[in-house]
Amino acid sequence: MKRVQFEHSAIPYLFIAPQIIIISIFFLWPSAQAIYQSFLLEDAFGLSSQFVWFKNYTDTIGSDAWLQAAGFTLIFSSLVTFLSLALALLLAVKANEVLHGASTYKTMLMWAYAIAPPVAGLMGNLMFNPLIGDLYNLMNQFGFEFDHKLDSVDAGFVVVLISVWKQVSINFIFFLAGLQGIPKSVQEAAVMDCNSSTRRFWTITFPLLAPTTFFLVVINITYAFFETFGIIDTTTQGAPGGSTTTLVYKVYQDGFRGADIGGSSAQSVVLMIMVLALTVVQFRFIERKVHY
Amino acid sequence: MRSITLLTAGIATLASGAWAQTEIQFWHAMGGRLGEVVEEVAQKYNESQSEVVLVPTYKGGYEDTMTAGIAAFRAGQQPNIIQIFDAGAATIINAPGATIPVADLLDQYGDGFNANDYIEGVRNFYADSEGKMIGMPFNSSTPLLYYNKEILAEAGIDAPPSTWEEFEAMAPKIKEAGYQALAQSHSPWIFSENFHSRHNIQLATGNNGYDSTDVEILYNNDAMKTHWSKVKEWLDAGYYGFYGRGWGDNQDAFVQKKVAMWLGSSGSFGGLKASTDFEFGTAYLPYWKAIIDEPKSTFIGGAAVFAMAGKSDEENKATADFLNFLDSPEVQYFWHKETGYVPITNAAYELAKEDGYYESTPDAEIGILQLSQPGGEWTKGYRLGFYVQIREVMYKHYEGIFSGETSVDDAFAKIEEESNDLLARFHQTVN
Repeated sequence: MKRVQFEHSAIPYLFIAPQIIIISIFFLWPSAQAIYQSFLLEDAFGLSSQFVWFKNYTDTIGSDAWLQAAGFTLIFSSLVTFLSLALALLLAVKANEVLHGASTYKTMLMWAYAIAPPVAGLMGNLMFNPLIGDLYNLMNQFGFEFDHKLDSVDAGFVVVLISVWKQVSINFIFFLAGLQGIPKSVQEAAVMDCNSSTRRFWTITFPLLAPTTFFLVVINITYAFFETFGIIDTTTQGAPGGSTTTLVYKVYQDGFRGADIGGSSAQSVVLMIMVLALTVVQFRFIERKVHY
Repeated sequence: MRSITLLTAGIATLASGAWAQTEIQFWHAMGGRLGEVVEEVAQKYNESQSEVVLVPTYKGGYEDTMTAGIAAFRAGQQPNIIQIFDAGAATIINAPGATIPVADLLDQYGDGFNANDYIEGVRNFYADSEGKMIGMPFNSSTPLLYYNKEILAEAGIDAPPSTWEEFEAMAPKIKEAGYQALAQSHSPWIFSENFHSRHNIQLATGNNGYDSTDVEILYNNDAMKTHWSKVKEWLDAGYYGFYGRGWGDNQDAFVQKKVAMWLGSSGSFGGLKASTDFEFGTAYLPYWKAIIDEPKSTFIGGAAVFAMAGKSDEENKATADFLNFLDSPEVQYFWHKETGYVPITNAAYELAKEDGYYESTPDAEIGILQLSQPGGEWTKGYRLGFYVQIREVMYKHYEGIFSGETSVDDAFAKIEEESNDLLARFHQTVN
């Protein structure tokens, strides 16, 4: 292989500087602060502080409330990721086959993507309001005894539903683009070989979509971990009984509402490590199975 | 509204020369109608004199305002005055150096300070253990029972319940008439903190937390457990409606005539008057006759204003001047009338009486009358660290009781354990 050696000059550094500055200001510096704060026990106003080694970690990580939040985050993220990907894929495949009025279908399926999570949360909140909510009434008309203010499964259902609804359209756009990127010739050849469209999907289309799927899995897990904060804050706020509190929401509750900076920092450091580990796993083990 | 005030302030500044005026910042948590009234108070103040320009800024809910204040203080950008709510009092009062006690501020820069000007229930809540006022009570409320007169009449009930025993007797009638009997906003505040005050029960060691931060919570007591077992019974029988944690969700149930009675804040009075299309009345917070014969006064809720430290003498003088204005009888009476929060000084209360306000609106006096009921040993207030989290713990386990996931005994054992962990952590944080 031929190695190309460029002359060293300042110009490339200049080009990456904006990105580096942004990462430093919005990621590296706050992360360093969080790690530093996580070893301190400090009053809210920062007037007195003491170095306490791992006390903030031992006090918060492993507490009942934290374990409950970790458990919920795991279930919630898996459900949101799986359901929003599966639904979007189904919709994309079907919309891709539509011949008449295809652009109408596509537009309708896409346009929820611009909605910010808190707005989605507020809309969901209205629909599930016990006094005026249509979905709330509908559920109860079917005899579910639906009560997301007290029943933790119902509350989980509400936040998963809203989170999935909000995310499906983004996934849909990517899947549709992915599907349209599959060469016609490959598809036609597959039709000659196999009559079953289901089988063609799993053996030809799905593997060819793998790069898109992998990318979306990474994006969706991040979404479920972090961005759903806005949905939870505007709907359940972690209730009932802390059953819909995600790890991020707990960091916010303890740090921002409760003024416990050390404990909140310790939790965010652990969360950061968890997400880093998850990302490493994704790229090392899952990406290997993806063929570009 | 705010931009108009800012604009007026800006024009005023230009007109009289910027160097002559001191600008002070006031961060508050009063949204909606309450926020408008704050703007009106600020406008009145700015028009009343020409040396100081007060700039009020709405910072979101109580927690948001406190967080904003903390972050600003850490960055050296704190406002002159900040509104801090009851549950956050321990956080700010246990950080000496973050604020100048209002008693000192008014002594040094203002006309002096006399704690006896304030009505009794308000005097101690934001004071230190020696009774020196650290924060100045601003919007002081107390829990009250609101009742829908039409529904009670429909159910054949003449008067709202004064005890929970009476409530139990009338609840089935209300259910028969097709309504839930009761809902409440904020169970930690009404059914926990004020439950203790009303029945004169100690809620934390160390003089309810005033004497020290090394304290333990005493919520796990028989009176509380009996009360909550009853509440759970009422919920199961359909007498009690739980519409979630949100303050507004439960208030809406009352406004929309799903429930006959609602436990809320005296500060809700103005808002309810505007949003209801039926006649409602206010009554004292009920108590258990079985626990106490003569009920005691309730705690004040709401919030206080604190003067933040690190400001120039000139600004502190302006702050003192505004605080004097804020506590003047006329302003307090205006605030009381517009919002329903109780007047916090004796003079303002007298003014409201002289003006005949309670003759035309007797329901507006209930809050201050309740606060003026005889106090007991445990009605002065409470001061507990990380109390925002402790309220979260309480909510969590109360929801467990309601949904049937936990028994009342287990719930209170957990509340005690988790709260004490938090209190121990807070003690270490500030010492």
